[in-house]
Amino acid sequence: MTFNTPSDLREYRRKLQEEKTAATIPSVRICFGTGCIASGSRDVYRAFEKELKERKLNVNLQISLDSTGCHGFCEHGPLVTINPGNIFYQKVKPSDVQSIIDETILGQKTISHLLYRDPNTKKSTTEAQQIPFYSHQTRIALRNSGELNPEKIDDYILADGYEALLRAFETGPEHVLQEIIDSGLRGRGGGGFSTGKKWQSARKIESDIRYVVANGDEGDPGAFMDRSLMEGDPHSVIEGMAIGAYVIGANKGFIYVRDEYPLAVKHLSMAIKEARKVGLLGNNILGSGFSFDIEVYRGGGAFVCGESTALMASIEGRVGVPRVKYIRSTEKGLWEKPTVLNNVETWANIPPIISKGASWFRSLGTETSPGTKIFSLVGKVKNSGLVEVPMGTTLRTIIFDIGGGTLKNRPFKAVQTGGPSGGCIPESFLDLPVDFDHLADVGSMMGSGGMIVMDERSCMVDVARYFVDFLVTESCGKCTPCREGLMEMQRILHKLTRGKGEAGDTERLRAIAENMPETALCGLGKTAANPVLSTLRYFSEEYEEHEKEHFCRAGVCQGMYEPFILRNKCIGCGACQANCSTGAISGNDRDIRKIDHDKCITCGMCLEVCRFEAIEPRPKEATS
Amino acid sequence: MTDHNITMSSDNRQKQKEALLNILSSYSKESRFLLPILQDIQRTFRYLPVEAMKEVATYLDVPESRVYSVATFYKAFTLSPRGRKTIRVCGGTACHLRGGAFILNTLQKELSISSGETTPDGQFTLETVNCLGACALAPVVMVNEKVYGQMTPNLIPSMIEEEQNNDV
Repeated sequence: MTFNTPSDLREYRRKLQEEKTAATIPSVRICFGTGCIASGSRDVYRAFEKELKERKLNVNLQISLDSTGCHGFCEHGPLVTINPGNIFYQKVKPSDVQSIIDETILGQKTISHLLYRDPNTKKSTTEAQQIPFYSHQTRIALRNSGELNPEKIDDYILADGYEALLRAFETGPEHVLQEIIDSGLRGRGGGGFSTGKKWQSARKIESDIRYVVANGDEGDPGAFMDRSLMEGDPHSVIEGMAIGAYVIGANKGFIYVRDEYPLAVKHLSMAIKEARKVGLLGNNILGSGFSFDIEVYRGGGAFVCGESTALMASIEGRVGVPRVKYIRSTEKGLWEKPTVLNNVETWANIPPIISKGASWFRSLGTETSPGTKIFSLVGKVKNSGLVEVPMGTTLRTIIFDIGGGTLKNRPFKAVQTGGPSGGCIPESFLDLPVDFDHLADVGSMMGSGGMIVMDERSCMVDVARYFVDFLVTESCGKCTPCREGLMEMQRILHKLTRGKGEAGDTERLRAIAENMPETALCGLGKTAANPVLSTLRYFSEEYEEHEKEHFCRAGVCQGMYEPFILRNKCIGCGACQANCSTGAISGNDRDIRKIDHDKCITCGMCLEVCRFEAIEPRPKEATS
Repeated sequence: MTDHNITMSSDNRQKQKEALLNILSSYSKESRFLLPILQDIQRTFRYLPVEAMKEVATYLDVPESRVYSVATFYKAFTLSPRGRKTIRVCGGTACHLRGGAFILNTLQKELSISSGETTPDGQFTLETVNCLGACALAPVVMVNEKVYGQMTPNLIPSMIEEEQNNDV
């Protein structure tokens, strides 16, 4: 099958729709995202395959067994959806397969232990859409993730795929460009620059060759929306890029994917191959006269390559170091040619905007940040996963309504947004509407959308040290403030977190951190001090304790606290004792446990394993 | 390095040369293919042998210094042989907060090597990685392309055993 004209594609879609409505066969859909595969979804798939074959059910009943992309609710995987009924099962094991077939598919009954139970209300739900995790979300970029098989172009075509590209051909590049400008879409990779304006400036430059690039070098620790999109809905990214290329007049595109994402590379490559086969990529697409093709480029494992100019250097086969941006990439990018580089999530937003229009997109989100944003909600939160909400949704809604609150209901301390260059936002800002500008106002940033929840067992000095350690190894070393400034901040933070703090350390740290945004060369260096600045701003008392008292109230920094067993809370389960590597904890049966502080190395394991909050970090002298 | 004895035999050297030529011939002579070529070499040989890097420089007509700078800039490349399996411990923020350090310590103890090193039998290389993008399953470990989620120190021995058993 090859589509030569728009009607070929539409005719084919109509046929697929007919087939779908004619066949009301039960279906089993199993999530094949990285998260669910890690939890064993392949084994569940095989068990279904075996069972259906043995019982010859696929012959009699025609049960369709399919794999889908990532749902985003990775912590509860493997996820399985059964139709009819749209029944959503979580944490499915191969041993559950028999009863799913008997009771749910044949008997049309739900199996209660496989349903999602709200950890707070203890109520179970049958459909995914009823789960608070999903019901508060508005999925635009993630609209197909978990719904279709990323390895089948038919699934995407059936979901109105490539219709936006057709529409673009029908209305012409100027109209499409105006639509994107009017939509107010801002780059989802972190910068928040207007996508329409970027396209406009690349279109204006005179040149024989132009390029479009998708940035899938998702380097921010704690963010995985791009992985999920590339794995779960690769055609959305391809279609978005094709539309962008059509507008600016590019015939060649690159998708730069992180080396650590093998499944994303696989699905993207398959999708590109299929699109080429049916004529949705290649020469004279659907008779429009427009030719376009895409190449997948695997990164080499360097955080700085997420920076646009470094990424382009990497595609050119060079060392990925950024350059000074006196001249924008839209003017001189890849091989000195006008280049539009957008994040994967930005590209995935393009087809729905073209299909539904700019005013629809503007009706979501806030005035200055229209639309939705995907956040990866992780850390000390009950429901970890990918969350797509309208811009302007408050942190409280995201963390407590969708995320279900903190693990073990421990007091919330902060949420870190924006990756290593972002900042920590304290409890007092929980009602902050999340968009590009509000996050910047409180000293953090949108970044790629990582949202890492921290509770009282997270040490904010340690968090700053963690990010600075990260950035020290990732700084490319080209400019002095970033190279040397980070090293010096690291030295001070290591002193503070090892109980070697001296008077004046915090102030020296602040002085360096305040200088870096003014002096560094690229985005990485300019924002590298954010984790330090924001923790200094909101958690200065913790710095003070580390510097003056050599005390870590969170019980994270080794040697800077003593674990203390609360007699009224310890039930004598012995979990701490069993996990203590130095034998510092003693007690028999149901005795309240005792800690020998001479033997204790404050590794923190007992604090981690105690389920009764019966161990508390206290300053050293207080317990002796 | 135990692998040296193997690479010395002329039979193997011939095979290596063929493998390298196969990789090179699948790319046209454009310098932009430097990274993909090195990635393929790294995957085939589990490191970048000096002779191979020289061949690449000649093939693409770029200075050897450029091949070397690229080879040493990106984390995906190593100049000494990696183990047959690479164990990557995620050091991402979510994993860090959920006790990733305990996992790394346990692996170091069980394998008797530090992060960045390879076991003497050439089976495992242990390293930390910025983020594996499976944060909902923190803490996470990846062995070659297989992801192990929600790890605890006491799950490590069985993971190592499983990986030892399916080693080629």
